[in-house]
Amino acid sequence: MAQPFDAPAPLTSNQPVDAPAFWQRFAPDLPADRVMWSEIVPGGCHWSWVMPRGSRLRMVTLEAGANLSMVLYHAREKLERYNMPDSLKAQHTAHYTRGHVLMSDMGRALASITADTVGWHDPLGALLDAERLHAKYGDQTFHTHRNGMFRSGKDGLLIEIGKYGLARRDLIAPVNFFTKVAVDAEGRFQFAPEHAPAGAMVELRFDMDTLIAISTAPHPLDPSPAYAPRKVGLAAWKSGPADAHDFNRRFRPECARALHNADMTYL
Amino acid sequence: MTATAIRIQESPLDPAQAVVNQVLPSGEPYLLHFKQGQTLRIVDLEGNQAVDVIFYNAQDLAEHYSATDTMLAQGGIYLTTGSVLMSSEGRPMLTIVADTCGRHDTLGGACAAESNTVRYALQKKYMHSCRDNYLIALQHADIGLGKRDLVPNVNFFMNVPVTADGQLTFADGVSGPGKYVELRAEMDILMLVSNCPQLNNPCNAYNPTPAQFLVWDAQDV
Repeated sequence: MAQPFDAPAPLTSNQPVDAPAFWQRFAPDLPADRVMWSEIVPGGCHWSWVMPRGSRLRMVTLEAGANLSMVLYHAREKLERYNMPDSLKAQHTAHYTRGHVLMSDMGRALASITADTVGWHDPLGALLDAERLHAKYGDQTFHTHRNGMFRSGKDGLLIEIGKYGLARRDLIAPVNFFTKVAVDAEGRFQFAPEHAPAGAMVELRFDMDTLIAISTAPHPLDPSPAYAPRKVGLAAWKSGPADAHDFNRRFRPECARALHNADMTYL
Repeated sequence: MTATAIRIQESPLDPAQAVVNQVLPSGEPYLLHFKQGQTLRIVDLEGNQAVDVIFYNAQDLAEHYSATDTMLAQGGIYLTTGSVLMSSEGRPMLTIVADTCGRHDTLGGACAAESNTVRYALQKKYMHSCRDNYLIALQHADIGLGKRDLVPNVNFFMNVPVTADGQLTFADGVSGPGKYVELRAEMDILMLVSNCPQLNNPCNAYNPTPAQFLVWDAQDV
């Protein structure tokens, strides 16, 4: 007879819940004994997770032209959150790639970009809202199209942060992974079409316990006349926190200090 | 208007007719209400001072200035004559109607003790900062606004170009003594200002200086 303190049976693909090992399809190089969970997020959809310090999130486009908008909050003190201007000016950058650190308004590293096959992710924070969605694509509601309805990135993120008591005034500028928006000499946005091919990959390591909310709705500057959001594979795994020789820690002195500030809260 | 190059536009308004005329020393916060239809002028009295401003809808303080909605709506990053400052609800808050400086930043944010530790050195954290200014103004006002409402702001008179390869640069200012920007309120506005006390950044020649705020009532045309 099972005792109350028996360890639970190890997770296997035979367990009686519908949690397939999706990661084997799009991130087969991950160490199986350290994968926490994996998901395939359909285009246009939204979800949220709390990522522990020392975990990583592998994000993989499963179709060309995907966009994944993410907002980040310190899981225990949600007044502390990703800050776009602080992160950009500290690293003198207007794009993100491997080496960059996503910093909070409290000067701490929330997450670091540890791997990237794309080279440019958009930090300028634009989100598709309901008004722009309807103006650009027309209406496609649940009533007529069931779960093929059009969903905006802004509403998706508002739903997710609402699950944690955060309101519309708490919705911050997101990072738009897999999207490139350059700025020309006049200051104008230049959206790069066909930026991320299918199979493009970027990975975050979480340097603090972090609440993330994501949406796979299209980027608002995507010129495609059709609402065609793309699906993205996600795999969370345990890597441990940044060590002394960490690439991000050595990328810039500002990154080292932001990681130091995060380390100081986990002594 | 979508182009975001420098657009110089002078104003016909007479300071003698202003209903508010306030000089704010460097390093000070300022909280001011003004009404839809009124025009605000901010003057860079001595040149290359950063005036860090967040705007709120005075009728619904949960609606705030949105740097990202503003950039998205105009299709570019720089603010100058013709730029419409948008809210988090996608509504016009203010329109820049005159500008003798020609370029203002909304990507660089406001300095904080914590961000100073990252940008400069851990031991800089006890220096005065814009976000300390914001917080003390909001604490004294006690109107339900707090740190969560300290969203990415406008840095009037700051020049923060983005290069074609995606670098953020802090260029010499394009402002100078007496240059000003004027904004017409498209809704009732609560304005939160920090006249930036940053001493670690060469963009103000390490010398924060005063700024002047004037408000005119709606003009009869």
